[in-house]
Amino acid sequence: MLEGHSGAAPGDATAMAMRIVVAAAELLGAERLVEISSAHIDGCLHHGDGGVEFAEALVRGGGQVAVPTTLNVGALDLLHPEVVRADAHKTSMARRQMDAYVAMGASPTFTCAPYQVGHEPELGAQVAWGESNAIAFVNSVLGARTERYGDFLDACCALTGRAPLHGLHLTENRRATVVVDARAVPDQLKGRDVFYPVLGTWLGLELGQEVAVIDGLPASTTRDQLKALGAAAASTGAVALFHAVGITPEATSLEEALGNVPAGRRVKLEAAALRSALDRLSTAQGAERVDAVAVGSPHFSEAEFEALARLADGRRFTVPFYVCTARDTLASVEAKGLAAPLREAGVEIVADTCVVVTPILPVEAGVLMTNSGKFAHYGPSNTGYDVVYGSLEDCVRSAEGGVVMRDEGMWSW
Amino acid sequence: MKGRVLVPGRASGPLLRLTHPISFWGGVDPRKGEIVDPRHPQFGAAIAGTVLVVPSAVGSSSSSAIMLELMREETAPAAILMGKADAILALGVVVGRELGYESLPVLEIATGRLSGLDEGANVLVEDGGEVRPDGPGATG
Repeated sequence: MLEGHSGAAPGDATAMAMRIVVAAAELLGAERLVEISSAHIDGCLHHGDGGVEFAEALVRGGGQVAVPTTLNVGALDLLHPEVVRADAHKTSMARRQMDAYVAMGASPTFTCAPYQVGHEPELGAQVAWGESNAIAFVNSVLGARTERYGDFLDACCALTGRAPLHGLHLTENRRATVVVDARAVPDQLKGRDVFYPVLGTWLGLELGQEVAVIDGLPASTTRDQLKALGAAAASTGAVALFHAVGITPEATSLEEALGNVPAGRRVKLEAAALRSALDRLSTAQGAERVDAVAVGSPHFSEAEFEALARLADGRRFTVPFYVCTARDTLASVEAKGLAAPLREAGVEIVADTCVVVTPILPVEAGVLMTNSGKFAHYGPSNTGYDVVYGSLEDCVRSAEGGVVMRDEGMWSW
Repeated sequence: MKGRVLVPGRASGPLLRLTHPISFWGGVDPRKGEIVDPRHPQFGAAIAGTVLVVPSAVGSSSSSAIMLELMREETAPAAILMGKADAILALGVVVGRELGYESLPVLEIATGRLSGLDEGANVLVEDGGEVRPDGPGATG
């Protein structure tokens, strides 16, 4: 069944992966393993050559994924290699690392948003996913069950089809322990995309170790808004699961989300708290000049491309404007004729990777504007840029003139 | 004093206490074996060869990958004593051991119990999880 490669017997990789899964189960206090039906591997990003040696050892040992598996971003844009600045050694090793996981049978999706390219486990499915935003999304929005898996363990789960049975794999750990009351937040604000990364930032900071249920989000809340909420919450806290009453699948009612147990705590979402989270997302307070704009963390969806195309229509950007996305999403928007006009407006579309995990932004660091809570959180430490957070509309208007334009009126009530 | 063995092994080295939780990803440079997070109180400290006391690991699970790189670059601590066990750093060590890199003991031990050990003094970590002062004149 498994093909052998030079120097290693078939099955060696599965045995090694199983030893690592069992070791992890012991570290986590899990008494047994659970069978999984899908995996998302966050091991393609090159942190050093050890990661390549690990992946290639699995390939030599005949490793093949046992369940449908997608791949997270790598350190390279394989479709547009010129956008990443890396020396020959790093480029070669980063490429080998990405190739090794593909050789194990994982889909070359290279995206942090696998749920946008057809990887959507069903409600209640046991899975093993890496990448913090993807973990939050698959747990919260799809209702599948994963713990927070990271480098190596996600791959070992994919190869063995097993994960340590603990944490969010278990029903009793999925019920909300705290209620966030967002009913008093004006509907006008809750209807805007710009609200959700700020809510997520606040959630991660305030309740980052808990499972929260948010009461009062509108029925019209979109998948992209929930994606942005989860990504921000998983950046500032260890949020792997949240519920939203009437919106997410394990919260058809507040009582269901709470597992029919009285909530330990209720927290009312106040304007001052949101304002403070909003301010935290911008390290370049008072900046006037914008040197670059980046959107697409998590990776841009087709709906977000459509929104950007509408906003960018007739404009010409004077500063670099990066949109990070999955190669599969890019193929769809190219087929719809959305990519060419954006490129004409000055947009650089980055696939397979993103601007905060690999050197893409112009060398001379300055001020980066973004509509992403995750970019705003990791941007300063990973890129050296100061960040300004704003809506997609703000980003488009700012990129046109190279000057910060922010509509902040809706944050007071 | 004795800790819970997360990864077995025997090692000795000078004690280095981190006074604040750390994310190895973004916080430790595996080439230099040094703490590079400017917001961390032990910013600039060399961790290679030390018996490193980590109150808890926080942040990205990519810290496993940084642990692996430290072992590969031979800039890893001699041992890690964790105030609170987690699967991230210890998992990196488990993977490194599988790849044939030199392994290191990882223990879980309440950091308060280490208060009798002097900063920088040589400390021995035994196979069974025993931690004690090492070298001439040391008292157990």
